[in-house]
This record gives sequence, structure tokens and C-alpha cells, in this order.
Amino acid sequence: MGIIVENLTKKYGPQRAVDNISFEVKTGEVVGFLGPNGAGKTTTMKIITCYMAPTEGDVKVGGLSILEDSEQIKKKIGYLPESNPLYYEMPVLEYLEFVADLQGFPRNKINLRIADMVHMTGLAAEKHKKIGELSKGYKQRVGLAQAMIHDPEILILDEPTTGLDPNQIVEIRKLIKELGKEKTVILSTHILPEVEATCDRILIINQGQIVADGTSGMLRKQSQGQEVLKVNIGEAPVRDEVISALVSLPTIAAVDPISDSNGSFLINSKLNESSRRHIFQMCVQKNWVLMEMTPIETKLEDIFRDLTT
Amino acid sequence: MKAIWIISKRELKVFFDSLIAYILIVVFLGISGFFTWLYGSDVFFTGQASLQPFFGIAYWTLFFFIPALTMKMIAEEKKSGTIELLLTKAVSDWQVIWGKFLACLILIAIALGLTIPYYLTIWAIGPVDHGAVWSGYLGTLLMSMAYIGIGLFASSITNNQIVAFLTSLFVGVFFLIIFDVLANNFTGFTGQLFNYLSLSTHFESISRGVIDTKSLLYFFSVTFFGLFLAESALSKRNIVE
Repeated sequence: MGIIVENLTKKYGPQRAVDNISFEVKTGEVVGFLGPNGAGKTTTMKIITCYMAPTEGDVKVGGLSILEDSEQIKKKIGYLPESNPLYYEMPVLEYLEFVADLQGFPRNKINLRIADMVHMTGLAAEKHKKIGELSKGYKQRVGLAQAMIHDPEILILDEPTTGLDPNQIVEIRKLIKELGKEKTVILSTHILPEVEATCDRILIINQGQIVADGTSGMLRKQSQGQEVLKVNIGEAPVRDEVISALVSLPTIAAVDPISDSNGSFLINSKLNESSRRHIFQMCVQKNWVLMEMTPIETKLEDIFRDLTT
Repeated sequence: MKAIWIISKRELKVFFDSLIAYILIVVFLGISGFFTWLYGSDVFFTGQASLQPFFGIAYWTLFFFIPALTMKMIAEEKKSGTIELLLTKAVSDWQVIWGKFLACLILIAIALGLTIPYYLTIWAIGPVDHGAVWSGYLGTLLMSMAYIGIGLFASSITNNQIVAFLTSLFVGVFFLIIFDVLANNFTGFTGQLFNYLSLSTHFESISRGVIDTKSLLYFFSVTFFGLFLAESALSKRNIVE
């Protein structure tokens, strides 16, 4: 079940929290929302989950509009809000039953489903406790369990891994990946490696607008433009000789020796060209030993910083 | 309808899992029992086999108890953010409001049900006007509905429980006393209007056994208006300026 967001705008007073955003999420896609605080990620999610009406624009979930069919849409969405609010006075099992009931999950299958979810999110040891007595990580698991309890076709997770320890984070990411095979997932996060680990596609949002959209590979390529290689030529005769030989190659734009290393260089190729073959052949000709040749990728952090500041 | 009942069930569970329900019932029975049987213009003082003293007391005790029940119902959910969780489930704003309303009403009905022994005792003492007793119970329930409506409205406009409690007392006091006082101070249409708006007018007549459609309409209108305002406050987030 896909989501189509059309010209979505949400104003809080004079401020535009979301400013004319349009994008599409296909069935079975895992999309990550990235963006600094206050960029409009949470507002967009609140609109898709029918909690708030947009000022302008529309969202179509599986062909239904949030403006007209919110009741039906809500049944198909599992939502984990940002601060993970829960009824602290309720025991875990009772709470999950309440949510499953509300979402209209078939009564005769509820117990089985709850047992499944408890197992899946690793809540077995804590299931009889009141939610308020759980640690933050376990509360987060309850939040995830309640979002998934009615087996929704779409999952919207606002910062799903906050408060979890590293082991749990890995587990939850694995779970999201697993779920993403058949479900449509939108998640938001500040943690960049998380998006790379879990998402098929990244949307970077800044000041209410989408500033980048694509797979992490595509974003890299876009922002990078030219190939950067780290090359180490061992037992190199004279550094200057190597540099002049490198510069004379037709595809190389710039060569920077790395100062504190022995015989290492950063090599920028010309736009849309690759110098790897040339460098290799040159070394063979001159009988130099090529110790290292690594393509240097732009980090997602750098792309993020470029786009949002 | 099903969603309303699911929400009510949860609210009732919260009442009974915490001490709220038990404290309410015990204190309600204690106070109303004390004034019905032992103190002031009690049954033995008036010398009539009637539950009139009890209804007079219930009128005031519920005025304080119901806001104590309703104050947290929406205000707390707004404060903790669980309202977002609830409203993104397959329920409408109205269903949430009705669910909470129903839970309060059921709890009050349970408390009133536990005063049936008063009725049986009076019955054993002397000749009772059974019609008046049942219409008294009906009146008390109707009045509770109006109080719950006001209480839920007060709870929906703030996320502070104390503010919600005081607001509903403030609004309630108009219906209980102030409209009545104003009705006595004005003549003609204005006097009649305030007389109609005063809750005590309708409650007194109904607890004496006079079930008037005007009174029924009055209680239902106040209830519905309160709930309507509560729903509006809840769905304010959707307003597009």
C-alpha cells in the first residue's frame, strides 16, 4: 500500500512547519526521514497518520484521502509517536489488548497475535508489569509492539530507536528491515548510520522542504560529483617524481600528498572520469608498487550538513 | 459503538485499578448516608418515608465528585501525549468523548445503585411513594450526565487537572446557584429564562416525581452542549486558518 503526499503545507500561525512537500512512497519501501530538529518530519508524520489536518494539500494512502477516509486509513497504519506516550498505569498485556481491540483486530485471534508481538519485541519477561514500571528501552518496545499489533500495511515510526541500548538497536533495525520486505515503512531519525542500515530511500527535510531524495548511494554520487581516491605507492623513489607523473595523467584533476604518511596521496579525478586504470598502468610501467587504492566516499554526515546548513 | 465501549471499558478499569472508584463510592455512600439518616434534616427529622433528603445531598456531593472524576480524563491525556496515540487509532474524536462520558456515567450509576438499600430501608419504615423514588434516581442520573458534560468540557480545554477541576466547579456553580439567584431577581422573560437555565429547578421537580419533557430536554441539552464543546476543543488541532 503506497503513500502519495501532494503539495502538503502545514502552518502554525505564520510559520510554515511543512512547506509544499510532495513525495511518493511505494509499497514495500522503507523510507527514512532525515532532518535537523524542527524540520517538519514529525508534523508530516502527524498529518499522514490523520492526527492533524494539513493547511493545504492532501495525502493519499492506498488511494484513500486523509481528508475524507481517515477512519479507514487509521486502521491500516501503525504509528509510534515521537515521545512514545503510553498509559503508564496499564499492564503491558492489557494495553496491547486494548489497542488491538480499538483497531478492530479479530477478537478470536487477539491472544495469539499479542503473544507473537511480545515474543517479537522481546517483552516476554516484562509482560505482566505495568508500563510505568518498565525501563525506557522496554517502553520503546511496547510502543513498537502497539504500532504493529494489528498487522498494519503501513508503519510510521518517529525515532524508533531512541532510548535503546546498542544491542536492542541492532535488533530493532533488523526487525524494521524484516518488516520492510512486505510493509511500507516511514521512519525518522537523527542517527545517520541508522538510515543507511535500514532504509531503501532517504528523504532529507530542512525548514519544511525536501532538499534531497534518493538512495544513500545516489545522494553520495550527487553531492560528490568527482571521484576521490586514496593512493599509496610504496617504495616510491622520490615524492616529487610521483606527483609529476600522476599530474600528467589525462583524467586527474588534482593531487594532494598526505603530509604525515609515507607515500600516500589524495587524488581527485576530473568530473565523470575514473583514474583507477591509469594509475594502475602507470605504476606497472614504472615498476612502482601500488600498496593501496581506496575510493573515498563522502560521508552521509557531510551530505546532511551540506544540505541543511 | 464498539469503539466507544472499548474506551469506556479501559476508563472503568483505570477507575477500579486505582483507588479512585473505591474512594468515590465509599465517600459518596458515607456522606449521603450520614446526612440521610443521622444529621440535619434527615429522614427521622422530617418524619416522612421519603428519599428526598438523600437526593438533596446527592445533588451537592456529585457536584464535587464528578469534576474529580472528569478532570483527568482529557487533560491528562493531553499532557502525557497519549491523546495522540488514541486519536491515531481507528476511532473518531466523538467516540473518545462518548467513551469517557459513558465510563463516568457507569461509575456514578454503580454508586447510586449501592444506595438501593436506603430505598429498601425506607420502604420497611413506612409507606413510600415509589414513583417519586425512581424519578428521583432518574433525576440524579440526568443531573450527573449534565455535570459530566461540563466536567469533560473543562478537562478538554486545559492540560492541567487542577484547572480542569476548578473550571468545572466554576461553570457548575452557575447552573446550581447563580442562575437560580438571578431568576429570583428578575421578572418577566429574563426571570423565566434564568429559571429555565437553573439546574435546581429541574432537579427539584424531577426528584419530587414530576417528569417533564422540558426538564428532560434541559438535561440532555446541557450534557450534549458540554460534550460538543469538549469535542470541539479536541478537534481544534484540525482547524485550518
